[in-house]
Amino acid sequence: MSHAATHPAAPAEEGLGVYTQKLGMWVFLCSEIMFFTALIGSYIILRWGSSESWPVPQQTLNIPVTAFNTFVLICSSVSMVKAYAAAVHDDQAGLKRWLILTVLLGASFVGVQAYEYTHLIEKGFTPSSGLFGSTFYTMTGFHGFHVSCGVISMAWCTMRAFQGKYAGGKFHGIETIGLYWHFVDLVWIILFTIVYLF
Amino acid sequence: MATVEHKHPNYIAIWLYLAALTGVELVVALLHFLPRHWLIGALVFLAIWKAGLVALYFMHLKFEPKRLVIMILAPLPLAVIMVLFILQEFHR
Repeated sequence: MSHAATHPAAPAEEGLGVYTQKLGMWVFLCSEIMFFTALIGSYIILRWGSSESWPVPQQTLNIPVTAFNTFVLICSSVSMVKAYAAAVHDDQAGLKRWLILTVLLGASFVGVQAYEYTHLIEKGFTPSSGLFGSTFYTMTGFHGFHVSCGVISMAWCTMRAFQGKYAGGKFHGIETIGLYWHFVDLVWIILFTIVYLF
Repeated sequence: MATVEHKHPNYIAIWLYLAALTGVELVVALLHFLPRHWLIGALVFLAIWKAGLVALYFMHLKFEPKRLVIMILAPLPLAVIMVLFILQEFHR
């Protein structure tokens, strides 16, 4: 204790040149890259290594509905980045407006996914429907879980925005949650192609 | 403390770009005018293109310090190597 009192802590090194919150989110996203790579890699290996005939995704899944959902998620990424730009410029009205839109679009994505799952299960396509069923629900389910976490976090940020917590150009929280949100969008771009279009 | 030193890209233009690429993906995938291998190659190319746009412009990787970009991109070649090596198992 006396050691700390007599020798003040050395100033922190600059590191990678970004603030700690953002660096922390990027480190987390790197671990998420490996998590989703494991899922997508397992799908590729199971699909092309499978001895049983693989169902044609376009005959099992509803491509137009999912394509619409992909568009919804892309729109939510734009509204998120517009919220970030508004926070940087201390445009509080714009920040609240874009955050609310992002929450609504994210919640819509989850809603459409729930609708898709309901119809697929009614048609008899369940997680027990062979390798395709189990890999499909695992990958899209984990992604949907990430989107749901993002929607909850974003709703919390929106509440804080209404309390004026990001006033005065305090944009770090918005940028950090934005990174997570764009990552979730990026993963869906890859998943949509590999699971639905191949 | 780091501050924003870059200009904001035209986010709406990137959004239209992404929407157009999604449209091209659907046309390529649903109209079946390409042989199977070319189809997969084209779809992978389009997906990487879209993901790159999101990472570069929405996540601002284009404007981040190089050291951070290297740290972020480091897992990607490892991920590709992992999948390619395991796939070899099925081509024996």
